[in-house]
Parts: sequence; structure tokens; C-alpha cells
Amino acid sequence: MNLLELRNLHVAIEGKMVLRGINLDVPPGEVHAVMGPNGSGKSTLVQTLAGAEPYQVTDGQALFLGKDLLSRAPEERARQGLFLAFQYPVEISGLSNAYFLRASVNALNRARGEPELDAVDFLGVLRSELLAMEMKPELLERFVNHGFSGGEKKRNEILQMKLLKPRLALLDETDSGLDIDALKVVARGINAMRDRERGFLVVTHYQRLLDYVVPDRVHVLVNGRIVQSGDADLARLLEKRGYDWLLEPQRA
Amino acid sequence: MSTSNRQIESLLHQPYAAGFVTDIEQETFPPGLDENVIKQISRMKNEPDFMLEWRLAAFRHWLKIREPHWSIAHYEPIDYQAISYYSSPKSRKSGPTSLEEIDPKLLETYEKLGIPLHERAALAGVAVDAVFDSVSVATTFRETLARAGVIFCPISEAIQNYPDLVRTHLGTVVPPTDNFFASLNSAVFTDGSFVYIPKGVRCPLELSTYFRINAAKTGQFERTLIIADEGASVSYLEGCTAPMRDENQLHAAVVELIALEDAEIRYATVQNWYPGDESGVGGIYNFVTKRGECRGAHSHISWVQVETGSSITWKYPSCILRGDESVGEFYSVAVARNFQQADTGTKMIHLGRGTKSTILSKGISAGHGKNAYRGLVHLGRNARDARNYTQCDSLILGPDAEADTFPMIEVENGSARAEHEATTSKISDDQIFYCRQRGLSEEDAVGLIVNGFCREVFLKLPMEFAVEAQKLLSVSLEGAVG
Repeated sequence: MNLLELRNLHVAIEGKMVLRGINLDVPPGEVHAVMGPNGSGKSTLVQTLAGAEPYQVTDGQALFLGKDLLSRAPEERARQGLFLAFQYPVEISGLSNAYFLRASVNALNRARGEPELDAVDFLGVLRSELLAMEMKPELLERFVNHGFSGGEKKRNEILQMKLLKPRLALLDETDSGLDIDALKVVARGINAMRDRERGFLVVTHYQRLLDYVVPDRVHVLVNGRIVQSGDADLARLLEKRGYDWLLEPQRA
Repeated sequence: MSTSNRQIESLLHQPYAAGFVTDIEQETFPPGLDENVIKQISRMKNEPDFMLEWRLAAFRHWLKIREPHWSIAHYEPIDYQAISYYSSPKSRKSGPTSLEEIDPKLLETYEKLGIPLHERAALAGVAVDAVFDSVSVATTFRETLARAGVIFCPISEAIQNYPDLVRTHLGTVVPPTDNFFASLNSAVFTDGSFVYIPKGVRCPLELSTYFRINAAKTGQFERTLIIADEGASVSYLEGCTAPMRDENQLHAAVVELIALEDAEIRYATVQNWYPGDESGVGGIYNFVTKRGECRGAHSHISWVQVETGSSITWKYPSCILRGDESVGEFYSVAVARNFQQADTGTKMIHLGRGTKSTILSKGISAGHGKNAYRGLVHLGRNARDARNYTQCDSLILGPDAEADTFPMIEVENGSARAEHEATTSKISDDQIFYCRQRGLSEEDAVGLIVNGFCREVFLKLPMEFAVEAQKLLSVSLEGAVG
């Protein structure tokens, strides 16, 4: 069974049509990259799948693990194993990062019928992941994403992905704003999670990340439609030639 | 309304659980206030003459001064002649000598509120004094405390049994002329708690007073006096509730703390007076003067308050740091939802050398609630090397809520130092969505954020109260250690 199946998905925001019929399958164990110029609808796609409120599905359907996804609340999608690494991770002042991380891990554990972790057990799990993401321990004591640099926020997203162990991870421009060292750490974090069960939908504007996280499939999104799909070579071609040659006639 | 606002609304619209009325025969004075009423109160309490004189002097002063209106709160003028100044359960004649003599309905009331007065059932290690309208109805664990030399009794009893101790200390921190509501309290106070911890004694139990307003159209005027002698220490908890009624009821209490050399007093309050209904009708006017004096060197006074109730709160628990190297602390969470108005904060008056104070204030405003922090840090001429650190944080939930801060800092000598930090934040839809994407429900998300915001203050509360405080904020805090 595919992790994700999108059929003719149409999405509007504030009455404006952004996605105009997306068809896409992500089988277990595969990394799919979604590339495209600014404003093509890449972020809309993953935000919609995660259940962000302003996006309205006007037509089509989305199946996650064979079941309808779109009728479910965002937290239910998360509990079933859908994870979104945010392009702009949200700051929550007053709430410590460590506390937030444990609350979300335990929310998912509860949903899966697994035991909840107490502070001590959790800290044990957290320490090794923190080390792997080359994050300073003090980032746990700070408020969620508060006073984090751009790179620290992105590492914190991947840290959460590793803790929450999703079936399908949606990564929204996780590479943007990262220097090369941070990019390698983030890529290593993603690659460490790759296995035969788990799938990834990686949204990116540039080829750069895909040098380190080699995708099984690459889809080019232009003006709300997938106009081209291919293997990892397609990403390299786009890096060389840009997107212009793929633009639809009415927009070129 | 956005999702998060809807969520916050429903979370904060929890019904008031303590709003029931106890049906008990009560003896209540007719409304009105003059010297005869004061004489009658004094007579009912079998007070020595000095007390009556003290009350009358306060009353005569009160007649000459005006109600203060500089706070952010707006309310209809209070008719002081429409209030009854004394109400007590009738069955009580000269005070119960044991719990068996207390009207079972009263015991039931406190059971319902979760305050067991039976010593066997009482929380281990907490002695309780229960004040019902104008009288103290029960004080538990008195014998255990007496063995340690600790006096913990209704102040009406202390006035009779320890008149010298009362006379020496009463009004020395909050004089009867201090302010309008303190003067009124001095004239008409009916009961409250009295604590004396002798030299070098660490109080073996947590002390707790539970205040309950039951009767309609009455005011509640308690007076609490706590004295920690040299090297003594005590932790004191105060809780308050009242029935739901349409009219506003006045609560004007005075609390005085006195810490002598090396003494320590920790005073915690969870204030949950009836806040009025969703449209702002009814509720308690909580106009309270609380002040502690660190009289001796190296003494320490700490105020912790969680203010969730009352329609209006006007309250500034303060510290006078007279002793050298003495320490004052103020930790506060104040919630204003629906149409509640909270004007609260503290004064730290540094007089002695090397004195230190910390202020941590967390204000939450929701609905049409208004919340103001008002504070004074005074670093006096002789307070060499005095230090203050102040942090004021406001969390605003919803578009109609208001938050203000009015900090004032006076530094009179060059070696003293004051720091002030302030933040204002809101819960946004983005924050809620972020939490939900991590598997948390909206309710959990708001709860986490609100509790995270209050956490530093909750950590300062004794365990039992921390639990109650979190419940009062109507949010869950699963596993408080992060």
C-alpha cells in the first residue's frame, strides 16, 4: 500500500486556486522531492496535507495509509504518523523546548498505545539525538524556537522528526537558510531515518539538499500542477537549466 | 473568531465550582456602619478595651479619607451603609472547643471545597484554620503546634489570650491609617488568623487558612498577623472561595507579616473568590492590603500568589526590607477573564544595607479581562549595595483582553541596582497549529502554553497548592517536570 496517494487534488486559499489537480503516489521506503519555482504551490501542498486551516480543498482526495486524510484533525494526522517539518518553525514563548518535545512524544505514544516517558527516560532518549543533530543542550531549556538561529530552528525540526518517528515526513524547504555544515547535519538526520517503511516528501527550491539526500523520484510543480516527474537526474537538470523551460505557455 | 480564540474562550469559561451556598442559620448584623456597630463587634468578640479604642481611632480616620480610584478598575460606587459588617453561624456561642462541636453543615461545606477539617483526614503536615464569614470555625492540629511552642489560632482568640503580643505588633506594618481599605478593616475586622513562631523554631507543619464568604450582602474583613521570632521559619497558605451571587461583595482584608533576625516567612495565596458571571455581573471586590516587614538582619519574606478569582482585585503584597541583608520576594500569577479586572503587583522598600528583592509577575488576560501589574521598587539612601530584579510578563488571549504594566523604580543611592524586564505575548493560530501538528490537541496546546507561562511561579507554591492552582487555570499539565 502506498503511504500517500493524491488524486486530482485542488486547493484554494482565500478563494484563489493554488493547486489545480495534483496526482502523486509515495510508496513506503521512498524519498520524493517536489521542486518548482516560487509560488508554484509547494508549501501549499504540504501545509494542506498537514491540515493547516487557511487552505481549502475544493476537489480531489488524499489517502494516507489507504484512508481518507482530509477529514481528519491535524493532531489525528500527526498521531497516525504524518509529520511536517515547518519552513518557518513557530516560536512559543513561555514553553520550554524540552517540555514541548516530551509532551508531543507522549501524545503520540498515547495514540499508539505505547507507555509515556517520564522526564528522566525522555532525557536519555533526547541526549543522543541532540548529539547527533549537533545541537547545544541549552536549546532544550529555551522556549520553543525562541532565540534560535535559522539553522537551529531547522535542526530542531529534524530533531522532532527523529523523536516522533513518523511514517511519512513532509519537509518544507528545510534546506533554506542553512550553511553547508548545517545542511550536512540535517541531511544526515534525514538519511538516518530512511528505511523500507518510511517515506519522505521533500519540498525544495534548490538541488543542493538533494546532493545529500538522494531522492527516488523528483516532481516539478508549476502553477499548481505536476508538469514533469523523473529520477534524481531531473533535479540536476533543473539546477542547470532553471524552471523556465517547463513553465506553461500562459505563464511563460 | 479564530480557532485558538474559540478554544481559549471555552477553556476559560469553566463553571465556578465553589459557587454553592451553605444553608445554615446565621446571625447577621443589619446593614450599616457607625461607632455602635464597631462597639458591638468588639463586644461580641469579648475584646479588651485597647482593641475597641484602636478600632474607633481607625474608624474616625476612615471617615475623613476617600476611597482610592487610581487603579485600572472601574466600578459603581460602593455604598458602605448597605453592607452588613458581621455574620456568623448561629450555633456557635463561645467557640467550639473540639471539632465534634462544629455544626456538621460547616464541616460539609469545607469537605465540599476539599478542605478536610478532621485532623485524621487532613492533609498530612498541614494545619488548617477555617474562617466562615466573620468567624473562625475550626483550627486543626493545635496540640501538635502547641508542643513546638507555635501559636496558631483565630485572631479573635489571640486578642483575648495573648493581648500583649497582639498589642505590640498589630498595625506596626500596616498602620490603621495606611489606606482607605486598611482603615476600614482596622475598624471592623472580625476574624482571621494569628501566628507566632517562637525563637529558633521551624514550624513543624504548613499552616493554612481557608476563607469562605457565605452570607449575602455582607463584607468580609479578615485580619491576619504572623510573627516569626528570631531564627524562626514558617510556611503559610491561604485559600478563598465564595458562592455565586448577583451582587458584588466587598472583601477588604489586611495581612501583616513580621520577620525578626534570621527569620523566614513564606506566604502563599490561591485566591479564587467568585469572579462574577460571563457578562460581568456579581463577584467579589478583593481590596486587600498585604505587607511584610523584614525587621531583623538576614530575614526573608516571600509572597506567592495565584489570583484567579474576584471581579476586581486590588492587591499589592509588599516587603519592607529594614534589616540588613534581608530578602523580599514576590511571585505572582494573575488571571483576568470575562470582565474581571486585576490591578496587582508589589512594593519592595529597601531600607537596609545589602537587601535583595525579586519580583516575578505573570499576568494573563482573556475575554474582556483587564490585567495590570503595578509595582514600586524603592532603593533608599541607606540601602547600600541593594539589588532588585523585576520581570513582568503578560499573556494576552483574544482580541478584547488588555494588559498594562506600571513599574516605578526609585534609586536613592549610587551603589544600589535595579533591573527590570517585561514581555507581552499572545497565543497565535500558528502556535496552535504547530502544536497540533506534533500530536497535541488544541486544549493541550493552550494548556501547555498557559502553564508554561506560569510555571516559574507554580514552582514556588507548596505542592498541594500547585495542584489546585493548575486546576484553577482549567488546563492540564501532564508531568510538571520538563
